[in-house]
Amino acid sequence: MKELTIISGKGGTGKTSVVASFAVLARNKVMADADVDAADLHLILTPEIKHEEDFKGGRTAQIDLERCIECGDCLERCQFNAISPDFVVDKIDCEGCGVCVYFCPVQAIDFPQNICGKWYISETRFGPMVHARLHIAEENSGLLVSLVRNQAKVLAEEQGLDTIIVDGPPGIGCPVIASITGASAVLIVTEPTLSGLHDLERVGGLAAFFKIPTMACVNKFDLNEEMTDQIEDYCVKHQIEIVGRIPYDTAVTHAMVAEKSIVEFSDGKVSDAIKGIWHKVEQILKD
Amino acid sequence: MPQVRGHHDAGVGIMVICIASGKGGTGKTTIATNLAVSLIGKVQLLDCDVEEPNAHLFMKPEIKHTERVTTPIPEVDLDRCDFCGKCAEICQFSAITVIGKKVLTFPELCHSCKGCMMVCPQEAISEKERELGVLETGLSGPVEFVHGRLRVGEVMAPPVIDRVKEHIDAKKIAIIDAPPGTSCPVIAALKGSDFAIMVTEPTPFGLNDLKLAVGAVCILGIPLGIIINRCDVGDNRVVQYAREENIPILMEIPDDRKIAEAYSRGIMMVDIMPEMKKRLQAVYHRIRELVG
Repeated sequence: MKELTIISGKGGTGKTSVVASFAVLARNKVMADADVDAADLHLILTPEIKHEEDFKGGRTAQIDLERCIECGDCLERCQFNAISPDFVVDKIDCEGCGVCVYFCPVQAIDFPQNICGKWYISETRFGPMVHARLHIAEENSGLLVSLVRNQAKVLAEEQGLDTIIVDGPPGIGCPVIASITGASAVLIVTEPTLSGLHDLERVGGLAAFFKIPTMACVNKFDLNEEMTDQIEDYCVKHQIEIVGRIPYDTAVTHAMVAEKSIVEFSDGKVSDAIKGIWHKVEQILKD
Repeated sequence: MPQVRGHHDAGVGIMVICIASGKGGTGKTTIATNLAVSLIGKVQLLDCDVEEPNAHLFMKPEIKHTERVTTPIPEVDLDRCDFCGKCAEICQFSAITVIGKKVLTFPELCHSCKGCMMVCPQEAISEKERELGVLETGLSGPVEFVHGRLRVGEVMAPPVIDRVKEHIDAKKIAIIDAPPGTSCPVIAALKGSDFAIMVTEPTPFGLNDLKLAVGAVCILGIPLGIIINRCDVGDNRVVQYAREENIPILMEIPDDRKIAEAYSRGIMMVDIMPEMKKRLQAVYHRIRELVG
C-alpha cells in the first residue's frame, strides 16, 4: 500500500485544490484530510458521513472549590501559569500535565478527559474519505492527524484499496510531522514567491530529516517564472523530484465556488497540468 | 512567562494587534508588515508564525541579537535512581519510562511540566535544556522587529511563540503576525491581544477557515475585524457572513497582479502603492475607535 501526503510549508499555495483533483484522477484509493484544524477538502468532495466518533485527547485540571483548602501548592507547581490566585484553572492555558492533581494534599482537583474533536468515515463521489474536525482552540492536533491516517489505512486494507492520499496541514510543526512520518512519499505544492521558496526549504528539510522521498510542483508558476526557475534549481540540488508546473487561472477559484475540483470543472490548462503531475506522481509511487 | 497585557487601556495610545486568518496564504504577512511600516509612532512587528516565518523577507531587518529558545527536560542520574517508576507514573505524555534498571526519556514528547523532577523521591532528576529554535531581534528602519524560528524537526511551536511575545513593549504598538489554523500555535499568538484582524479571501475555503478562526478569537474574548483580500475573486459570502455576525469589514483589497508580483519578490505593497499607507492608517484609527 502506498501513502502520499501533500504538504506545502506555506499556507494557501493550493494543496487542497491539487488533492481534490487527485481524488478524481486516482483509482483504488482512500482520501484523508489531515489538515484537522482548518479542513477544507470536504467543501469540494462533499462527503456523506457514514460513521463518526469523538476524538478524546488530553485532560484538563478542574479544581473543586468546595474541597480546596487554598494552600497554594498547585499555583506554585504549575509551569504554565494556568491557575488563578482564586484557584480557577484556565482551560486554554492548562497543558494537561496533571502535576497539580498528583500533588494536591486534599485531592480537590479532578482531571477529566477532553473531547477534542470528531473524526468521520465518509463516502464521496470518488470513493471513501476519512476526515476530522478538531474543536476550536483544542490541542493534540498531531494525535488526531495520526488517528485519521490510521483509520485511512484500516479502511484501505478492508476494501482492498492500494493508495492513500493525505491532504496535509501547512507549517512544519506537530501536525505536519504527524502527517508525514512513515508516508511512502510527500508532494510539496509551492508557489513562485520568496516566501514559497523560504518555506519550501524548511518543509523540504523536514521531509529529508525523516528520509521521505520528496516531490514538488510550483503552482501559479507564471506569476514569476524567474522565481519558479530558482525554486526548481533548489529542488534539483536537494534531491526533490520536480513533477510539474501549474499555470495561474481564475478557473481554479470558480471551480472552488462551484464545489468542484478543477479537473471536473474545466478542460483548461490547469487541468492538463494537474493530470500530467498525477501521472508522474503515480509512476514514482509505483517505483 | 509572556508579559502580555490585558485589554486595551483607553487613552494609553498603544495596543497589541494580532493578524490571523484560519486559512493560509490569504495575506496575513502582507497586512502585518505593511501596517507596521505605515503607522506613525513607535511600532514593533512580532512574527509569531515560527514554523514558517516570512515577515523578515519583506521587512529585511538588521538582526542585532540572536538567542536560543530552549525548554527544560529531565536528565536522570542513574547513580541516585532506584527505578521506583514514580516519574513514569506522573508523566501524562509518556516522555519518561522505566524498564528494569533503565530509564528512557523521550525529549520530543516532554511538555516541560517538571512533574518527574518534583515527584522523584531520590532527587535523581535534574533539568537540562533542549533547543526548540532561535529568537532574533533587530530593526527595520524605525520598526522594532522580532521573530522566532522553530527548529526543523521540532514539534513544540507554542513555547517559541511565547518567547517572541515576551518582547512586547507596552510603550509601542505591537503588530503580531500569527500562523494559519485554529489550534494551539494560533491561540498562543492571539492570547492577550487587544484586537484581531482576520485576513481572508472571498472563497469557500477562505470563509470556512475564517469562521473557525473567528470562533477561536471569540473564545479568547478579543474584539475583531475583517480585511478581505482579493475581494473581487470568488463570491460574496464572506461579506454576507460579516454582516450576519456584525463583524466590521476594515478594508477590501482588489486582486491585483502588481501586488502579487511585488509579493513574489519580497517587495512591500506600500512601496509600489504608496496610497495604501493612508488606507492602513485609517484601518488603525478604526481599530482605535472599535477598541476604545
